[in-house]
Amino acid sequence: MKREVAIVAVGATRFGEHWSKGLKDLAWEAGVQAVEEAGISGRDIQYIVFGNMSGGMFEGQEHVGALVAEFLGLNPVPATRVEAACASGGVAFFQGYLAVASGMYDLVAVGGVEKMTDVEPGQATEILSAAMNYEWEAYFGATFPGVYALMATRYMHEYGLKPETLAEVAVKNHYHGSMNPLAHFRNRITVEDVLSSPVVAYPLRRNDCCPVSDGAACVLLAPLEEARKYTDTPIIVKAVSQASDTLSLLERRDICTLDATVNAAEKAFAMAKLTRSDIDLVEVHDCFTIAEILALEDLGFCAKGEAFKLYEEGETYVGGRLPVNTDGGLKAGGHAVGATGVKQIVEIVKQLRGEAEGGRQVGGAEVGLAHNVGGSGATAVVTILSRR
Amino acid sequence: MGVSGVPRHWRSLRERYRLLGTYCENCKTSFFPPRKICPKCRRKGRTREVEFSGRGRVFSYTVIHVGSKTFEEYAPYVIGLIELEEGPRVLSQIVDCKPEEVRIGMMVEACFRKLFEQEDGGIISYGFKFRPVDDSWAEYYSRLLSEKKARPAQA
Amino acid sequence: MRVGIVGYGVYVPRLRIRVEEIARVWGHDANSYREGLGIMEKSVPSLDEDTATIAVEAARNAMRRAWEVKPSEVGALFVGSESHPYAVKPTAATVAEALGLTPSLTAADTEFACKAATTAIQACLGMVKAGYIRYGVSIGADTAQGAPRDALEYTAAAGGAAYVIGAGEGVVAEVEATYSYTQDVPDFWRRDGASYPRHAGRFTGEPAYFEHVINCTRGLLEKTGATPRDYDYVVFHQPNSKFPLKAARELGFEERKLHPGLLVNRLGNTYSGSSLIGLAAVLDVASPGERILLTSYGSGAGSDSFSIRVTEAIDSKRELAPPVVYYLDKREYIDYSTYARYRRLFKER
Repeated sequence: MKREVAIVAVGATRFGEHWSKGLKDLAWEAGVQAVEEAGISGRDIQYIVFGNMSGGMFEGQEHVGALVAEFLGLNPVPATRVEAACASGGVAFFQGYLAVASGMYDLVAVGGVEKMTDVEPGQATEILSAAMNYEWEAYFGATFPGVYALMATRYMHEYGLKPETLAEVAVKNHYHGSMNPLAHFRNRITVEDVLSSPVVAYPLRRNDCCPVSDGAACVLLAPLEEARKYTDTPIIVKAVSQASDTLSLLERRDICTLDATVNAAEKAFAMAKLTRSDIDLVEVHDCFTIAEILALEDLGFCAKGEAFKLYEEGETYVGGRLPVNTDGGLKAGGHAVGATGVKQIVEIVKQLRGEAEGGRQVGGAEVGLAHNVGGSGATAVVTILSRR
Repeated sequence: MGVSGVPRHWRSLRERYRLLGTYCENCKTSFFPPRKICPKCRRKGRTREVEFSGRGRVFSYTVIHVGSKTFEEYAPYVIGLIELEEGPRVLSQIVDCKPEEVRIGMMVEACFRKLFEQEDGGIISYGFKFRPVDDSWAEYYSRLLSEKKARPAQA
Repeated sequence: MRVGIVGYGVYVPRLRIRVEEIARVWGHDANSYREGLGIMEKSVPSLDEDTATIAVEAARNAMRRAWEVKPSEVGALFVGSESHPYAVKPTAATVAEALGLTPSLTAADTEFACKAATTAIQACLGMVKAGYIRYGVSIGADTAQGAPRDALEYTAAAGGAAYVIGAGEGVVAEVEATYSYTQDVPDFWRRDGASYPRHAGRFTGEPAYFEHVINCTRGLLEKTGATPRDYDYVVFHQPNSKFPLKAARELGFEERKLHPGLLVNRLGNTYSGSSLIGLAAVLDVASPGERILLTSYGSGAGSDSFSIRVTEAIDSKRELAPPVVYYLDKREYIDYSTYARYRRLFKER
């Protein structure tokens, strides 16, 4: 038995450096927003599932589900922490969806939270390396930017992509981020700013890479038939799909394609009974500029090697044919690892409700797609949301 | 690295030192890293250990300027995806050349190097890295022979 | 049954620093060091190289030449060095593992300043002759440290040579005889925990190097009933160019017999690798029937001498691995700041 699921409330903190807020404080902030928006008491929530990549390595705290339930005063509600590296949030959303669609629960809180700035940058880099194959990749000196840089080098070799195109991705995301009060970075940048920033892992420069952020996001899920109890603008989950690919880049079939994204997208469009042209905006996983290029191709919005055309023609800006990352994405919006997948969904919901601030509202947005990736592509979650 | 203990370093030590993988007699395919069963043939496979020649080509590469804590002192360094001549790909550092000299398609061979030293007097980890192939050494012998013949005879 | 060298191989890191560059930093007169020591430049290990990695590369080259040797037939492996990566944990075990020789062999690290590996060769010869092992491997490798501003900084270099010892048809150079000469002479030492060795200045010459190299060589000649005229090549431990030249003169060896094995000018003093890399350079050019006299020297002090006769087997094996001169030619120069970084002269933490 499967029933339709709707998102009835959302909440999110700003992503950035929150020195005075710890992991539980961030989770609290996002959770309270969602609860107040829905006009419920926290006690009405029947199940909590949220994404967090590594409370353990960032601050020695595992069993994060229990920590959040305790701090939010929600015991004895079941609280589950889900981990799939940077796809933790998306995977948590999938789990929450299953909990409601199956009929098991009628009000589920899906969240994501990450506290990353308590450690030195070198340590953060090392912790994030746990998202790849530790034994055969990180152990030999690979870093997370390094792995995506390997993809970028090969992609440039095979398809002739120019560094300027990658820079355009970052420029656009900062442009959108400048209009989003919750974004980590609110400054606009130029192509020159990107190309002159220091190299992190050639060809990726600092402005090709998303930051390390603290942050949390939360959405409440309920069966569609009960959604009006909580909101006048329920957003329907038309599809959620998760797929896996090799953990190691060295085992990948084609390092310029994330097969997990391709697979999850196919399943999602089939489940939603929609086509790519039905999508009005997308939130893709731009942990690095190259990732956004690959995402648009792997999601099926253009052929392999041709995403650059969308950037040459400015189609990925608000107002263009396919707005991408209207909240600034990961690059400007920030990347609090476990929270990102949920933050993307929060943005789609705001856009579909017509509530996006600052001039970044996509006119007439009816259907949106969110794409969340773990590691260098080992996990992908594709979610399609619709106003109707 | 960081949190890890000694047994973990030791478990894949042989494979790191000698570039060992798995070969399936059934489908005649080589795999790296080593596997317990053949991913293609599954239970029908007949696998054994194989030591790769160490020769391969650079499939992709990058220059890491911001390393993780363990590798900070080595930055900038080059890592690459190396396609071994037997087929599988390996992720490893490329050494003995300037970063600007690395090219996709370049022939490389495995060498034995230090990967890192654990902090606070911990253990040293060794493993394979790759350097550009230079077979020019073979040409020395004819020159050495003619130089010897040209020298004055023994007393 | 002839017993001796079945395979040999060397490895020298590719980085070099010139005498001029070191002198520039300290305000020394480069010429006096260059002329006085007879050295132009020395090898420097990369940040990711150490005695173990050098030993493995040299041994892999030696095994390429000793192609007929199966890993399971190697019964012993020794690494002689004064810069083992660990104070306690055998370099030999790491090297044996990297060569795929484990587990059925005996292994140990040896120490006797620069002659650590030649003593191990004697051990291998004994075990092979006694029938305890079929093949044994001895490797001499070092990443020597010279204290900043000290004279030794100009010569302390990095490199290694490996020898596979065995018996029978595969022997490319037969060891006809060996003789050693050992006394307690404190010419050069390093206390436990000290970063750099200390030396007794001019005392390291006559009562140390020359006393042992000359008397040991004479002892070998007496034992074999041979004279310097009977040898086509002579190789001595080479802490600089001057000492071996003087020793050769005093013993009555013609200078031209010393030159093929005298590499310190381009290489520096590779300590436990020194005389053995010199021997390898000779084996790269020696013809079947020619004879080589090798005398090593280790401070503290002692020498090992070997009388070696090259066999016909060398012609088919020599070209299976790179010659010494290839490693001497393959080089990249660095400046002192890079040298200081790689030799970890800065306290970063």
